[in-house]
Amino acid sequence: MAQQTSQLHEELLWNLLQEIKDPEIPVISMVEMGMIHDVSAEDGVVTVDVLPTFVGCPALDIMRGAITEKLGSVTGVREVRVNFLFEPAWSSERISDEGRDKLRQFGIAPPPRQYKPGEPWQVDCPYCGSPCTTMENLFGPAACRSILYCKQCRNPFEALKPI
Amino acid sequence: MIDYSRVQSAQLAMQNAAYLLALKELLFQLADDDFILAYRGSEWLGLAPHIEEDVAFSSIAQDTMGHAVILYEMLEELGAGKADDLAQLRNPEDFRNAILVERRNGAGEYLENPHYDWAYAIARNYSYGLFKQIRLESLHNSSYLPLAQVSRKMLTELNYHLFHWQVWIRHLAESTEEARRRLEAALEKVWDDIGDLFSLGPLAAHMVNFGLIAGEELLLQRWKEKGKEVFHSIGLEWPGDPRVPQQNGRAGEHTDDLVQALATLSEVYRLDPTAKW
Repeated sequence: MAQQTSQLHEELLWNLLQEIKDPEIPVISMVEMGMIHDVSAEDGVVTVDVLPTFVGCPALDIMRGAITEKLGSVTGVREVRVNFLFEPAWSSERISDEGRDKLRQFGIAPPPRQYKPGEPWQVDCPYCGSPCTTMENLFGPAACRSILYCKQCRNPFEALKPI
Repeated sequence: MIDYSRVQSAQLAMQNAAYLLALKELLFQLADDDFILAYRGSEWLGLAPHIEEDVAFSSIAQDTMGHAVILYEMLEELGAGKADDLAQLRNPEDFRNAILVERRNGAGEYLENPHYDWAYAIARNYSYGLFKQIRLESLHNSSYLPLAQVSRKMLTELNYHLFHWQVWIRHLAESTEEARRRLEAALEKVWDDIGDLFSLGPLAAHMVNFGLIAGEELLLQRWKEKGKEVFHSIGLEWPGDPRVPQQNGRAGEHTDDLVQALATLSEVYRLDPTAKW
């Protein structure tokens, strides 16, 4: 019986985490980005294991704050612990299908599925779907993004790096 | 009984004084290399040849600084002191970075007549990046598991950096005669210093015996093999064996360039180390 209560509790926590957006891409949640590895609750202490997308992501402290605030407001939660883990390592493979759609709607091309390092990275335009795109800058406004240009619809856009 | 081929946590590492000492020394080398080179990279902000390069270079410096932060935090966990203090309050002789990463970007100061050498930036960052790739690959098998784990993540990021610098090397090598001449001069300058990058310092044997990292000779050999392959594909002449600088950064010997860098980067922090950021 006790176990069942704990499971219900965790489902509620996952739902709340779904409301926390990526600080740098406000349309997608940390859950959809595949950044939440594990959530557990015991005796009012909630532990959230988070997988950073990049080691030096400057948004990590903001994420920690947002998670602590959101889950800390749940009745019965005394303490929220946020751990950043590198094992398992986050990879762009972890982004959910729903997350990929949201990225596209926001004008960011999602990373390719089953990408192997060293392979050519072909990026389709998130606006018109054309494969006729050029890489303008491998490095973009955030560590995880590149800047590209679509020769078909003539829009600049960003793409999430496959890692 | 602790298995020293698989040390899973800081708590376990701290139960063996000799292991802890070698581990901390290695972490200082890794962290200080990344920290100081990232600082030199940050000094290029606004000065790179074009705006795309400014975005790219500052992004690379940010990633590299992020790697240093994680490594200093590992040291904090091992009882070496607060991560911020380790970066900002240590004396130059406590730093374990290689001489290559501390050299100034060129003539002048960042705020006053910076006549930095772009070819040197490329040559230094590429040569270092190639070494970092080999070092991280070796760390994948490190006996200190937290380090092995983070090294895999770092490598995925470094591959993008290395690709970027390799494009630049090729650009200059295949461009005008002047560009090629400047690149070759910059590589010579890098080669004068790069010898102590491969050094693991006075505790080298302990690091290897504890399975923390591969030996110096092996790292150097792999670096040479990879480097020669790339140089050959671009049509660049291999500048020969790396030369060892006068000072040995791994033993805490440094140039005035590091003294200047630390004074500048920690100026604000030293005003009030208790301030909240």
